[in-house]
Amino acid sequence: MTTLTAPAPQRAGTLAGTLALTRLALRLDRVRLPVWIGVAAILPAGTAAQYTKLYPDDQAIRAVAGVLTNPSLVAINGPLYRPTLGALTTWKILASEVILVALMSIFTVVRHTRTDEEAGRFELTGAGVTGRFAPLTAALVTAAGANAAVVVLDALGLAVSGLSPTGSLALALATGGAGLLFAAIAGVAAQLTESARAATGLAVTVLGLSYLLRAAGDAGASWLGWLSPLGWALRLRPFAGERWWVLGMTAAAALVCGAVAYALAGRRDLGAGLLPQRPGPAEAAPYLRGTFSLAWRLQRALLAGWIAGMALWGGTLGSAAGGIGDAIVTNHSITDMLTRLGGRKGLADAFLAAVIGITGILVAAYAVQATLRLRGEESAGRLEPILATPAGRIRWALGHLAFALGGTAVLMAVAGATAGLAYGLTTGDPGGQLLRLTGSALVQVPAAWVLAGVGTALFGLLPRFTALAWAALGACALVLEVGALLGVSSWIQDLSPFGYVPKLPGSPLSTAPILWLVVVAAVLTAAGLTGFRRRDTT
Amino acid sequence: MNEVISVTGLVKTFGRARALDGLDLTVHTGEVHGFLGPNGAGKSTTIRILLGLLRADSGSALLFGGDPWHDTATLHRRLAYVPGDVTLWPNLTGGEVIDLLGRLRGGIDAKRRATLIERFDLDPAKKCRAYSKGNRQKVALVAALASDAELLILDEPTSGLDPLMEAMFRSCVAEIREDGRTVLLSSHILGEVEALCGRVSIIRAGRTVDTGTLDELRHLARTSIRAELAEPPRGLADLPGVHDTVVEGTRVAFDVDNTSLDVALKHITSFGVRSLTSSPPTLEELFLRHYADGEA
Repeated sequence: MTTLTAPAPQRAGTLAGTLALTRLALRLDRVRLPVWIGVAAILPAGTAAQYTKLYPDDQAIRAVAGVLTNPSLVAINGPLYRPTLGALTTWKILASEVILVALMSIFTVVRHTRTDEEAGRFELTGAGVTGRFAPLTAALVTAAGANAAVVVLDALGLAVSGLSPTGSLALALATGGAGLLFAAIAGVAAQLTESARAATGLAVTVLGLSYLLRAAGDAGASWLGWLSPLGWALRLRPFAGERWWVLGMTAAAALVCGAVAYALAGRRDLGAGLLPQRPGPAEAAPYLRGTFSLAWRLQRALLAGWIAGMALWGGTLGSAAGGIGDAIVTNHSITDMLTRLGGRKGLADAFLAAVIGITGILVAAYAVQATLRLRGEESAGRLEPILATPAGRIRWALGHLAFALGGTAVLMAVAGATAGLAYGLTTGDPGGQLLRLTGSALVQVPAAWVLAGVGTALFGLLPRFTALAWAALGACALVLEVGALLGVSSWIQDLSPFGYVPKLPGSPLSTAPILWLVVVAAVLTAAGLTGFRRRDTT
Repeated sequence: MNEVISVTGLVKTFGRARALDGLDLTVHTGEVHGFLGPNGAGKSTTIRILLGLLRADSGSALLFGGDPWHDTATLHRRLAYVPGDVTLWPNLTGGEVIDLLGRLRGGIDAKRRATLIERFDLDPAKKCRAYSKGNRQKVALVAALASDAELLILDEPTSGLDPLMEAMFRSCVAEIREDGRTVLLSSHILGEVEALCGRVSIIRAGRTVDTGTLDELRHLARTSIRAELAEPPRGLADLPGVHDTVVEGTRVAFDVDNTSLDVALKHITSFGVRSLTSSPPTLEELFLRHYADGEA
């Protein structure tokens, strides 16, 4: 026996174990985070490089700058602060870049806090020498590190592309600052809710609201934009007389949110949220009697949240479209530009068509999310007790798919109807616009179904890779966002189902591509279901 | 049909790992059949194949004479299942889950449901995320026991239950046995198996190593003998079926195969027996021997 020298008695601090947990988080995210960081690093530098080719001189830049004063483009991407290459790059990419790093931060922080807690893994790590605040700190440190990497790579990439180092640094810091703030916001959300899904939903809602506030602020009431973290990023004005003090606002907000998260974490019990547990019904309601009603019970909250979001989204952008008078259509370059963007008959229609295109991608995110619930239920082990009853696999899967596919149609209809109503109220034709825009929005549905089909096919045939459905959605978004600008070859663009959708309103409605998309979605779904019927469940 | 479950030569591989390697299992109607084996022996894999969740690579598995992969819905009307690792929907209450699973099976007896909830002291109004492991187990148990299924497949159903609840579980299974229904009980708790099971199958590394009634299994096992003799014994260790002989002067201790018990006792009485204790094999020894076989 050897004599053990007892370590000097010391009180382990509330941060004890943070380093170990951070290492664990980095180990778990060793693929995920580099992918996020890589994409975030490529976007600004790639845009700058492409714009350098597209707009070789001041004259070209000034020409396009005139186009960009169009209110609909200002609402979507923000204002162009100066007719320079750097400012143009900022205009194009900063809003998307901030959304990207915000999502990265939210997912990272929630994954290493509430997800682990909900799964019961905190009990294991928490029983070691880990302080009360160690998990939250480790998650925030990990997210902060990822954002720092984005800042460095963005600044270097832009500077190497030939833009001014000061502006490059400003754009990078605007991005990273917003990412850090959303990490802190996710930290708060993770303390509030008991489920990781709800925490992510809450933080993403804040992100969506700040996009809307920014859009509304840039389109009209400027002060609204000052309420939005996304607005702050743009108002730092990289390459256009940087206002560095705006970074202070972001930092202060991040500190406040961080302090709130720590205060909440210090008060609550492990596993608990802020709201006390309420007892539920001791008996199931009569309707809860089959796989379909179970799917309804499990999916309804997600769908309800999305419906509320889409109503707000449609209403805001519909009324923004009302502010775009057709009077502006004197400048031919604007009409040319917008024709290329998709529309043909007037600015408002072009704007609405562009917005509906974005909405299609957004709603496809719901379609993927609702579809992947299949895999979520399976890997959580909740499929097993269902399949031990007479309920068949296919019926169970169809219950969830009904929500994924039907919900997609409902969401597009809601977005179209609210946009139509809001736009119609400004033009004095609410009924007509409601019908017209609902129809225009519904045209996007089959393209979103294709992505749900990709999810189902992966679930049935390659269940371990179902998450690739998100990559497919990301690729579609990327093609829509930067595809044309970055000169991605056209066959790649043809891979996105959204490329085939007629740009309504304002273009003729062609039914053939829509029918084809329905067929593709049906084939993918059928392939997935066939695979699922044949494979082992896990 | 006298056999509820009839499995022969079942093989299942996961990649390179061979989870089942020619497993046999027969469960007769109306018996409580113990299904035993060390962790990772393939118990849950077998059960999952019987439930049609996994597809066997080769061999045959019959459930009520039907194919568990193809006749899933028909067969599942006649069985209830408690998984080893119960995960439930976090935002549903225990009561809702019990009703849902019961209704999926074609209906639930409200009176039996109420009685079981009371007997297992379960709060059905709690959200599943708030249940402890034992309480989640109770939810799954109540859902299965409240059904009038002909066959109950229970995969380590008492892991996480306190002794009081375990006793309650035993009396529930005893009632089921009296009803003439069939139970396949996978378990590590040997007292439970001894109290409930008529026949047992012991598996190891994906194969059945022993099957039969507990008495039959005991018969094949060894008895430990300790004796004090008048004079030191000679030649004891050389007898067939005698193992681990320790002789200290006139004291002797050895294990003997039950088939050789007669010969061994006759041998030692020739040295004058002053005292003798014999202990029959405990189930633990029986299983430890089977579990550990081949590992040494």
